[in-house]
Amino acid sequence: MTRISLTVNGEPRAVDIDSRVTVLDLLREHFGLTGAKKGCDRGQCGACTVLRDGRRVNSCLVLAVSADGSEIVSVEGLAGDSDLHPLQQSFLDHDAYQCGYCTPGQLCSAVGALAELAAGSPSVVTGEGSAPTLEPEEIRERMSGNLCRCAAYVNIVAAVYEAGRSA
Amino acid sequence: MTRTTTTTRTTPAIGAAMTRIEGPDKVRGSATYAYEYPLDAVAYCCAVGSTIAHGRVRSTSADAIRQIPGVLEVLSHANAPRLAISDGSELAVLQSDRVAYRRQIVAAVVAESFEIATEAAGALEIEYDVEPFAVELKSDDPDLYRPDKVNPGFPTDTEAGDVDGALRSAAHVVDHTYRTPAYHNNPMEPHASIAVWEGDDLTVFDSNQGASPVRARLAELFGLPTGSVRVVSEHVGGGFGAKGLPRPVVVLAAMAARVVDRPVKIAVTREQMFAFVGYRTPTIQRVQLGADAGGRITAIAHDVIEQTSTIEEFAEQTAVATRMMYAGASRRTTHRLRRLDVPTPGWMRAPGECPGMFALESAVDELAIATRLDPIELRLRNDPPTDPETGAPFTSRNLEACLREGARLFGWSQRHAEPRARRDGRWLVGTGVAASTYPARARASKATAWARPDGSFDVELCAADIGTGARTALTQIAADALGAEPRRVRLGLGDTNFSEAPLAGGSMGTSSWGWAVTRACEGLRARLAAANGSVPVAGLAVEVDTKDEIERRAQRPAHAFGAQFAEVRVDEDTGEIRVARLLGVFAAGRIVNPMTARSQLIGGMTMGISMALLEASLLDREYGDYLNHDLAQYEIATCADVPMVEAHWIDERDDFVNPMGAKGVGEIGIVGTAAAIANATYNATGVRVRDLPIRLEKLIG
Amino acid sequence: MRRFEYLRPLDRARAVDLAANPEVKLLGGGTNLIDLMKIGVETPEILVDTTRLGLDEIESRVDGSLRIGASVRNTDVASDRRVRARFPVLSAAVLAGASGQLRNMATVGGNLLQRTRCAYFQDVTKACNKRKPGSGCPAQTGANRELAILGGSEHCIATHPSDMAVALRALDASVLVETEKGAQTIPLADFYRLPGDRPDIETNLPYGALIVAIDVPAPVDGARSSYMKVRDRASFGFALASVAGVLRVADGRVAHVALALGGVAPLPWRARIAEAHLMGAPADPDHFHAAIDAELQAAQPRPENAFKVTLARRMVVRVLTELVGRGEVGVAPS
Repeated sequence: MTRISLTVNGEPRAVDIDSRVTVLDLLREHFGLTGAKKGCDRGQCGACTVLRDGRRVNSCLVLAVSADGSEIVSVEGLAGDSDLHPLQQSFLDHDAYQCGYCTPGQLCSAVGALAELAAGSPSVVTGEGSAPTLEPEEIRERMSGNLCRCAAYVNIVAAVYEAGRSA
Repeated sequence: MTRTTTTTRTTPAIGAAMTRIEGPDKVRGSATYAYEYPLDAVAYCCAVGSTIAHGRVRSTSADAIRQIPGVLEVLSHANAPRLAISDGSELAVLQSDRVAYRRQIVAAVVAESFEIATEAAGALEIEYDVEPFAVELKSDDPDLYRPDKVNPGFPTDTEAGDVDGALRSAAHVVDHTYRTPAYHNNPMEPHASIAVWEGDDLTVFDSNQGASPVRARLAELFGLPTGSVRVVSEHVGGGFGAKGLPRPVVVLAAMAARVVDRPVKIAVTREQMFAFVGYRTPTIQRVQLGADAGGRITAIAHDVIEQTSTIEEFAEQTAVATRMMYAGASRRTTHRLRRLDVPTPGWMRAPGECPGMFALESAVDELAIATRLDPIELRLRNDPPTDPETGAPFTSRNLEACLREGARLFGWSQRHAEPRARRDGRWLVGTGVAASTYPARARASKATAWARPDGSFDVELCAADIGTGARTALTQIAADALGAEPRRVRLGLGDTNFSEAPLAGGSMGTSSWGWAVTRACEGLRARLAAANGSVPVAGLAVEVDTKDEIERRAQRPAHAFGAQFAEVRVDEDTGEIRVARLLGVFAAGRIVNPMTARSQLIGGMTMGISMALLEASLLDREYGDYLNHDLAQYEIATCADVPMVEAHWIDERDDFVNPMGAKGVGEIGIVGTAAAIANATYNATGVRVRDLPIRLEKLIG
Repeated sequence: MRRFEYLRPLDRARAVDLAANPEVKLLGGGTNLIDLMKIGVETPEILVDTTRLGLDEIESRVDGSLRIGASVRNTDVASDRRVRARFPVLSAAVLAGASGQLRNMATVGGNLLQRTRCAYFQDVTKACNKRKPGSGCPAQTGANRELAILGGSEHCIATHPSDMAVALRALDASVLVETEKGAQTIPLADFYRLPGDRPDIETNLPYGALIVAIDVPAPVDGARSSYMKVRDRASFGFALASVAGVLRVADGRVAHVALALGGVAPLPWRARIAEAHLMGAPADPDHFHAAIDAELQAAQPRPENAFKVTLARRMVVRVLTELVGRGEVGVAPS
């Protein structure tokens, strides 16, 4: 057991933990925050996506012990003091989900993706040397680490695009 | 006593694009899925799969594993509680030493934590007596046999006229063999269960497509009265058929919880999703079409070979759609199975129609080329006025309208019939079309409608919302039947404490549950009217069962139809293939909720892109299991693969199929999609791919 | 997952100290190692987290080279304006790999050391010479569509999965390591090993080595570079084949060329034979074809991956042709 401290959705937490516990299982099994989902547990589906120190990561591949001192935001913390984060509202408006299981990961990923885009971080579809712009092709590429078997992709792209435009 | 009034509203709720009721919970992450119910002292279970494909378990190192701190129990056939069945079912978990396929559950570990359970499961050593195995489906296998029926109860074979003679005398003949690989459903939420015993009462939180059938089966297996079992499945992270029937894990959870006398939770790993929770059989399909000089089909034969397991029989109804799609005086369909040392295949989105229509609609495209007819014109010339099997009129058949409207929306008239005629830089561009169909059926269901003194209503039935939008659609149906605003209706589902209902499957959810909801609400409305609107404090309830009504009604061929149009781009050098555009027009009866219905249709179509280009479960001939058992190796379409998918529908209301006039939209979106893409690929490249998936090596030789 | 002890040193000396232990595995972003621990392929007794050693800077050096710290995340390599401006092939290669999330986690040191995604390697219930020497290689006659056509052996035909390393190989990068004995620079050309009869030994990293940085030498004047990757899925997939190309043309002839192939070999494959054919040759598709054909003479395709020969050939020709087409200084596009 190792003692770790971290911030989860703005709340400081300290816990003694088996070194094998991932951030995903820490949230779900130890903190009762079941928003982040386990879809593959191997970084292949994106359902577990959370923000670590502001960046989107696959929480199933992050050991809790190595997240010591980090700031984690999961879907439960996206809205902050608001009722809904604009992306959450946009997902509702565009029916950008069906079964909902990949949705928390999609949302955290979208928050991270829009931030990366705004910061000028390129993607593989960004022109060489140019700054990325908010357009559907960029969103499709940047959201491709989040699988959706119900295949709400076209609605997800519309939802992220609209939220990005109004931001 | 208070008074509740139901008045006829001018704007019906059915047809409105109502946002999903549970949407806010889903986007907040507060919708609770099976594995997520907080329970004190819960233990974790991890299933262990066989590493041989056929044989017997001789011994395990369970005694050593029990010594690991935190391990509560190791289960195997040697010590697992006895169930009411010992074999003949995938649910006879740990009931014998027999291994019927690789990765079948042969043991399980229960421990204090997930980490300990998985560690111990990995460390468990198992000795086997190994027997030879056969896992490969081959068209010339002498052990192919004719099943008595195909899923769910269709005749195995049909024959009319003289197919061989008609083919001999046909002006044009197409005769090809099409192959589809095995597919794994892979809903994003792996199957999961939490089992809790209180005395002889069992509560299970379970991820399934129908809590009522899960309850019935658990009661049977554990020898309990049905009333002693409760199954809760409020939110389900997709199913696509894989959760249609109870799977071994729910049995294992209940068994383990019994043994350790604590609540036990188990989630199937993604790797195990490729083992014991079902999949679509691979198929080998020979399709023969004969046509006269004018392109009128004179002969159709569709002969199918597919697999099942040695445990139980599942015979996919792959050629069944061919029986009603096109006319032709001479027709034949057959299904042959091989029992292999593999997991039992099962339902996956549009079982039968999905693989079968890939073959048929590819063959029709090949016939269009042979006859030099436009593929839409060819289909119109062969659109039968009545069901070719029975001669009975269809309740509605608007394939023609779908094809014509789709052609208009897609811009089909711009198409070049000759392959390789269009290019955009290095990309070869082609377009293709295929027809879709899916039966419109209904199962009997119960439902209860409650009037509350505060003027609200509770409508309750053990339906499932696996992402279909059932909760929302049923609310709309109930609101109209009650003459109430949807916000006054609370819809309860996914709990066996509610009225018994059939599972979500076969595009029958809205039809079956909606029918019962309509009748319950109508009944309640009549009761309220008779009582002058007075509602006692305890509420006023009406429960109905549509069994009699559904059994009594006349049988007529009832199907949804559709037409799908694809534009593909193929890189001439690399063979990389992308679906630039996919457009479907469907005739699926009344659309209860255009927002959620569109999502289901585009979801099915997108899964069709996956099927056409990416998905294939690869058989490991040496070891006997499916080799690519994760989501990096078994690729499904991701966001970048899906630039444009559009679903439209024509105005159709089919009052024969059910009181709502709705046919169901869960499966039809995936039917014909792969053929439309294969046909478009031919148009782009001149290469006909008859074995899915269409991968680049098939296009660059 | 097996139990392990987790250690997180905060300075390099301590990390190097800890690394000199056969039971230790060094942890970077975890995107591959944690995964392999979950599926039982890696079973370290001690996990040493190297992400807080201050190795997360990208440094421009006076000789025009770039020194990329081992813990720099892939996203930060790809987004770095110096990398984008001077080594576009590197940025493009990194962005062609994995997903946004994984690139935010993965470190460059870890990326170099990621293991093959061969299905047999990843399944501990099956034979694999790389995972369990001497157990066999079912891929030879089994599922080999994704596997190597160059550099394989009868013992192993696994491919190296990295995109980044392919670009680095074309850029003549070196790996800086530290051991108890001191610092050392290993050219990427000498970093990886072909499988031969020991596919379990993948690199020439000295015992107990900590990767500290990657040095990318100054770009060749006037050269252009690009990365092309072909995969089944449009994104978030490993390469069936990839090409990193660096080309300078003068007076219509090839004045400098570096070609590295990914997805076709057990290591990022530098196409030295093709380069030798190309140097000084006319920069046109015919010569590009001839050059890559010479390289691919040695290809030993298996039944399911013969297409990679065609694919790699066409990709190389396209990459070079497009680089020529960009209109080099003093060169007219042909």
